[in-house]
Amino acid sequence: MDFSQLDLHELAKTSGEWLRGSGPESDIVISSRIRLARNLADFPFISRATDTDRAEIGKILRSRIETLHEQGKFKGHLIYVDVSSLEAVDRLFLVERQLISREHAEAEGARAVLIDQREQTSVMINEEDHLRIQVLKSGLDLSSAWEQINDLDDLIEARVTYAYHDHFGYLTACPTNVGTGLRCSVMVHLPALVLTRQIDKVFRSLQKINLAVRGLYGEGSQAQGDFYQISNQVTLGQSEEELIKKVADVVPVLIDYERKARDFLIRESQETLHDRVSRAYGILRTAQTISSEETMHLLSSLRMGVNLGLIRDVAIPTVNKLFVHTQPAHLQKLTGMELDTSDRNIERAAYLRRHLSGDGAGATHN
Amino acid sequence: MKCQKCDKQATFHITDLVDGKPNELHLCEECAGAFLAPSPEDANEMLPAMAGLLAQHLAVGETAEDLARLDQRSCPVCGITFLEFRKQGRLGCPHDYVNFAAELEPLLLNIHGETRHVGKVPKYCASGAEQQTQLIRLRREMKEAIAAEEYEQASLLRDQIREIERSREPHGEE
Ligand SMILES: [Zn+2]
Ligand SMILES: [Zn+2]
Repeated sequence: MDFSQLDLHELAKTSGEWLRGSGPESDIVISSRIRLARNLADFPFISRATDTDRAEIGKILRSRIETLHEQGKFKGHLIYVDVSSLEAVDRLFLVERQLISREHAEAEGARAVLIDQREQTSVMINEEDHLRIQVLKSGLDLSSAWEQINDLDDLIEARVTYAYHDHFGYLTACPTNVGTGLRCSVMVHLPALVLTRQIDKVFRSLQKINLAVRGLYGEGSQAQGDFYQISNQVTLGQSEEELIKKVADVVPVLIDYERKARDFLIRESQETLHDRVSRAYGILRTAQTISSEETMHLLSSLRMGVNLGLIRDVAIPTVNKLFVHTQPAHLQKLTGMELDTSDRNIERAAYLRRHLSGDGAGATHN
Repeated sequence: MKCQKCDKQATFHITDLVDGKPNELHLCEECAGAFLAPSPEDANEMLPAMAGLLAQHLAVGETAEDLARLDQRSCPVCGITFLEFRKQGRLGCPHDYVNFAAELEPLLLNIHGETRHVGKVPKYCASGAEQQTQLIRLRREMKEAIAAEEYEQASLLRDQIREIERSREPHGEE
C-alpha cells in the first residue's frame, strides 16, 4: 500500500474502524471522539491570517508533523491531503467519513488534513483554529481516545510553540473553546427513546448539566437516523480528565434508558415493533428510488431490529456501513460518477438492494 | 388503517408514553413527522449563540459611551478592534486574551462558569508563548517599514524577528 497519498476512491470502498460495530456497548454507542483545538503562538488566528500566513502555517505544521514518521515516534501513518485543491464531492466525502468538519469542507483558502490509514486520527490544519486534532474510536472508548490524542498532542507540542497563557490555558480563536480546547463526544443511537417520545426529556436533563446534544453530521438539532452526539459545552476551569468523565458518566445512564425503552416496546407492543422493523427492512430491500432521509430513517429501524434479534440475517457492521455509504458523496465515489439528486436516489436504492438482498450474501460483502 | 389525524393511509404506529402508560397512535408519514419533530422552542434551547452571549453580557453595566469607547480599542499585535470581535465572535490573535482580559473574563465566566485553566500545561515553552506572539506584530511592522522604504528600521526589525525565531526551533529532539 502506498502511504504517500490518499486514494479517496479506494477509501470509499472500505469503512473506517469506527464503523466496525465493535467496542464496548456498540449496540447503542457508535463511536467516541475527542478533539483538541490548538494554535501556533506566532501567527494570527485564522480570521485575521493573510493568505501568506495560512500558507506558512500549513507548511510549518505539515513538516513538523511529518517528521514524527521519520523518527518513528507516531504509531501509524498520517497522510497529508490538501483540502483546498479537492473537488467538492471529495471534500463532502471526507465530511461523511467524519474526517473533516463541514466548515473545513466549505471554507476557502489554504487548508489541509492529515489522516491516518485506520481513520482513527485526523489533524485539520487551518480550520477555525490552526490545528484541530481528532481521535475517533468505535464504541464507548473515551479513555483510550484521550490517551491516544494526548500522546499525539505531546509529540506535536515538542516541535512547535502553542499559543498558551498561564491563566487562560490553550488560546483559541473562539472563547468557547479556550482552556483545554477539548471537545469530547459520544455518538449514540437512540431509536426507542425517539419512538416512545422520551428523547426531549432526556435532552433537557443533559442540557441542565451543561452537556450539548447534536444530530449526526453537524449542528442541526434534528437528528438523522436517531443518531445523537453528546458532548461537553465547557472547556475552561476543569481538567481534561474531569471533562471526559462528565460525558463518560452520563452515557451509561443514556444506554440504560434506551435499553429500558426497547424492553418496554418489546413487552407492550412487540407486534407493532416487529411490523415496523420488518416493513423498514422490506422497503430497503425492494425500493427502486429512495431519498437519503428515508434511508436513514429506515436503517435506524432496521438497526434496532437487528440488535433486538427481530432480524437475523443482517450484521450490525453492514448496517453501520450502509448509513455512511448511502450518503451523497459516497454513492458518487462508489459509482465513479457525478449524480444529481434523482439519479442518486435510484443508485442508492440499487446499492441497498445489492447489500441487503435476501440471498444471504448481504451480511458480509463490501 | 387510516391515519388518526387525516385520511391518508397510516404507516407509522407510534407508542406514546402518557404519564407512564402506553398509548398507541396510528399516523401517516407526514403526521408522524410533525408529531415526532422537536418543537421550535426545544431547538432554540439547544445552543446559545456566541453573539447572543456577547450581547447579553455587554448589555449589563455598560453605558452607550463606555461601549463605544470599548469598541474602538484595538489589539497592538493583530489590530483587531473589540467591535470586530463582537461582530464575528472570533478573536484575532493570542495576545487578544491579554489585551482584552478585563472584558473577556466576565464573558468566560458566563460561558464556562470559570475563568482559570486547570488542565494540561505544555511541557516546553509555556512561558515563551507570549514572546512568540510578538512576532506577529514585528512581522507586520517590518512589512510596513519596507512599504514605507524605511530599510534601516526594517533590518532592525528583521534581526529581532530572527532572534525570537531561533528560540522557536523544535525542542525535545534528543
Ligand atoms: Zn395523517
Ligand atoms: Zn490581537
